[in-house]
Amino acid sequence: MISIDIEKKLKGYGGQQWLKIKREFAIGSIVNICGPSGAGKTTFLKIVAGLIQSDMGYIKVGDELWLDTSSSVSISPQKRKTGIVFQDYALFPNMAVLRHLEYATDDRQWINRLLHVGKLDTLSTHKPECLSGGQQQRLAILRALAIKPKLLLMDEPFSALDKQMKNALISELKQLFTELGCTVFIVSHNPEELSDLGSEVLEIDAV
Amino acid sequence: MDLAPIWLTLKLAGITTLVLLVVGLPLAWWLSRGRSIFKILIEAIITMPLVLPPSVLGFYLLMAFSPQHGVGKWLLQTFNVQFVFSFQGLILASVIYSMPFMIGPVRSALQQLPASLAQASYTLGKSEWQTFRYVLLPNIKPSVFTAIVLTFAHTLGEFGVVLMIGGSIPGITRVASIAVYDSVENMDYASANTYSFILLAITFVLVVSVFIYNKSQSKSPLE
Repeated sequence: MISIDIEKKLKGYGGQQWLKIKREFAIGSIVNICGPSGAGKTTFLKIVAGLIQSDMGYIKVGDELWLDTSSSVSISPQKRKTGIVFQDYALFPNMAVLRHLEYATDDRQWINRLLHVGKLDTLSTHKPECLSGGQQQRLAILRALAIKPKLLLMDEPFSALDKQMKNALISELKQLFTELGCTVFIVSHNPEELSDLGSEVLEIDAV
Repeated sequence: MDLAPIWLTLKLAGITTLVLLVVGLPLAWWLSRGRSIFKILIEAIITMPLVLPPSVLGFYLLMAFSPQHGVGKWLLQTFNVQFVFSFQGLILASVIYSMPFMIGPVRSALQQLPASLAQASYTLGKSEWQTFRYVLLPNIKPSVFTAIVLTFAHTLGEFGVVLMIGGSIPGITRVASIAVYDSVENMDYASANTYSFILLAITFVLVVSVFIYNKSQSKSPLE
């Protein structure tokens, strides 16, 4: 079980708002996070990854306590090792496709499989600037999966993919998620695209 | 024609650039992350040589490292090191004087990189050092090159601060800019012209190389 109870003050044009989330998620579940712009969806993912501090919070993943502000516990992002797909992809401009995956893992077989899943086998020596938007997005997903995360956080991961590529990728990802037994949080404005993943919904709205 | 001042200048500029590369890169990285009052103060101190008259900086260094009292006396008695009127003194002064030229471009380039690059690396389990070494540094190469060349070129042209702390001891502290001044004082315009022309030519080549390199790298790696 993953237990999350966090509160974070958000700064926005509409004045001060609070992001408050208290919920439990089953290990292995796929959660579609939706809500209006500025509600704190990306902030929520970054708090879970340990990249942003919450004002008050408690996060426990299985037996591991990641965050407990009441007892000043906060595990570093390096130790949490959540796979994260950033909205801007955050690809490393100096690294080619293959190097991105080698930077994340030494497992050669796993790298080859990921390249195949993402249909990037023939582009392994290309740097991000030579890839299309869709290819960059797939690389960002593969890099996040390279560390075989127990918790995968994806921020608008399919927005640059055409329908055909999206369906094929989702089908492959579904199998990988099951194999890895990983829990997945996906921010998406299009819940229908996740229907194949059988996701549950977490609606975020700052108060 | 004594070329020793030219070699001494190149040696001083080379060592200063090397020292600043080792010290300046981590310092620029540290300064680029977050803003606290302490960091702002440190940044202000590092930037001050840009606006401070070199003679003022040289005067305070002369006072601070004078072997007659304070830190200078302690260094001489404890480590037998003297910074005043010595080549190591020139290095110390040059490192302080040229520091903003190394720190500025590197810090600015690091701040312009999207925060998500470092964050992505952290979530892959990489330490801050690994992230700096393999992700951040390779993506600011043009700025690092610019910083290296500017630091080297700026050290070549130092005069006031070098004169104050080093004087004009042939073979030890008499660098090219001071040799120009001495030559003019002695009405030896031919030597002054030669020293000046060599400095002018080296500086021109360095600055042009920065422009050529930056032109070839003009497309941002993030575009």
